[in-house]
Amino acid sequence: MTAPVLEVTDLVKYFPVQRGLLRRTVAQVKAVDGVTFSVAPGETLCLVGESGCGKSTVARLILRLVEPTSGSIRLGGVDVTNLTASEMVPHRRRAQMVFQDPYASLNPKLRAGDIVAEPLENYAPMGRAERDAAVAAVLEKVGLRAEMMRRYPFEFSGGQRQRLGIARALALRPDLIVADEPVSALDVSVQAQVLNLLMDLQEEFGLAYLFVSHDLGVVEHIGHRIAVMYLGRIAEIGPKDDVVTGPLHPYTKALISAAPVPDPRLKRERLVIEGDVPSPVNPPPGCRFHTRCPFAIPRCREEEPALREVAPGRHVACHLVAG
Amino acid sequence: MSGLETAPAATAAPILEVSDLRTHFFTRDGVTRAVDGVSFTVAPGETLGIVGESGCGKSVTALSVLRLLPPRLSRIVGGSVRFEGQELLALDEPAMRRIRGNRIAMIFQEPMTSLNPVLTIGDQIAEAVTIHQGKNRAEAMRHAAEMLRLVRIPDAAKRTGDYPHQFSGGMRQRVMIAMALSCSPRLLIADEPTTALDVTVQAQILKLMVELKQATDAAVMLITHDLGVIAETCQRVIVMYAGQVVEQAEVVELFDAPLHPYTRGLMASIPRIGGGRKRRLAEIPGIVPDLRKPIAGCPFAPRCPMARARCRTEPPPLIEHRLGHLAACWYAGEAA
Repeated sequence: MTAPVLEVTDLVKYFPVQRGLLRRTVAQVKAVDGVTFSVAPGETLCLVGESGCGKSTVARLILRLVEPTSGSIRLGGVDVTNLTASEMVPHRRRAQMVFQDPYASLNPKLRAGDIVAEPLENYAPMGRAERDAAVAAVLEKVGLRAEMMRRYPFEFSGGQRQRLGIARALALRPDLIVADEPVSALDVSVQAQVLNLLMDLQEEFGLAYLFVSHDLGVVEHIGHRIAVMYLGRIAEIGPKDDVVTGPLHPYTKALISAAPVPDPRLKRERLVIEGDVPSPVNPPPGCRFHTRCPFAIPRCREEEPALREVAPGRHVACHLVAG
Repeated sequence: MSGLETAPAATAAPILEVSDLRTHFFTRDGVTRAVDGVSFTVAPGETLGIVGESGCGKSVTALSVLRLLPPRLSRIVGGSVRFEGQELLALDEPAMRRIRGNRIAMIFQEPMTSLNPVLTIGDQIAEAVTIHQGKNRAEAMRHAAEMLRLVRIPDAAKRTGDYPHQFSGGMRQRVMIAMALSCSPRLLIADEPTTALDVTVQAQILKLMVELKQATDAAVMLITHDLGVIAETCQRVIVMYAGQVVEQAEVVELFDAPLHPYTRGLMASIPRIGGGRKRRLAEIPGIVPDLRKPIAGCPFAPRCPMARARCRTEPPPLIEHRLGHLAACWYAGEAA
């Protein structure tokens, strides 16, 4: 077993809710509340869940775009949780990010070439010719033409912008790319282009991805392993096929059952769960899912289930799962 | 889910008949032909899905039917929209208002911005019946509570006094549905009604819509980009591309035997649960055409794997290739 490119242990992030003139903290939004996982080199781990489950916060915590409340983050075996900004610099090139919104995440006043060159120049000052050659090489890798480096973001389509965002992340040849809903703003025909590109790049460069998404179809397509999050915690984690074809946690079952299937002949019994996701300010006691779980027993209301290994590589946080 | 497919006889006179609809936007950059010759019908009690990607004109088609487009920016430049035999494009604004929210109602995508934040939920549902059915306030509020019960909001009578911010996203969409159904419309237009919702809430709302549809027997025009939603709720489907209808068929027929290369491409590009990782997704290369520029032949030709010389010069007409199955393609159904 090779050393993981990313190891996250007991990660917690509470956002304070402040009120009044003195901005007193009156409550905590428990966005991420004890999350542990790792990503192996060349692997795609997908974080899936609905709005407010904390999946995007996890992504941002890993790159220290927000500071964790507690827990640890190890990149390539090095604990980066408490490094200062300057100590962090050499580690940043190991992990890069691709954002959801291809419109908001590119500076409209910079040319495409400058956007892609910026991370390169941060680490190695280079001459014009060298820079242009490096940018051209990266653009070509993501399916853009070299001459496009002189264009501004508004001259690109949504799919091309997302390619540009991927080129920027790829420029430093990171070990890990954290992608937060990278295709959810794109139409399906363009989404397919970007998913294929991400998979091609993984093959070519041995990249690992932490891929955050709400779309199980996308996750199942691109992932090797899937972690399902609910209200700041991991409900279930395991190899992709196992999680999708044999979900163990009732929430995973509901998520898979709820996804609309493009097959009008398919008539299936649906597990439609009632209600909405409760507020992460006051998550339900016991199992966080018990308020919506059709199978909940009294124990679920009192005791929070731990994430236990029920089969090799397969972890579930549910009292009702044997093993 | 056994869907909405209690199909009425296809021969019944349509409740809505749209022919050769053309809606253009006039901007500083030129004229955008957002809807460019769209024709379709909706039968009473039928659910028609309109599917397509961003900018294909599906929402503008819906807004054109209700004449809700910004008047300075856009104009319906041609065609006809007949509802229950009446030409809507010829009506004046007061007559149109008697139809909106009454005979034809609409559900919008964004339940956050479609509700008025400073009015109670009860007042917003009561508004339509006060205007269209002349009910007094007490009657209207009772009706509002009944509608909330219908969309399965617990404690309905009490919650009519609540404001939108006290409701979650899924509950707000239920309120939107209650508002839309309050006057028992004969046609309900739903524009991406579940797109802003989480998938477990989407499943709840779709289930509710299917049940209410069966209870009220209104016709539904469901606009979505999601072929999964189409498959689970619609009887008949039209596929739009670049402001035009490129294919139209019964839902099972469309999924079994799509004729237009665009529909085929769309279906092949969806990652499905159970599809596996090894299969490379089919891509549709390129991007949608700029609707400000004239399109010479088929609008899909520049991205089409089957395009030949004729496709680039002659626009293909939407014609029936099999019973009830229309496609606008010179080589419809041929293997790529």
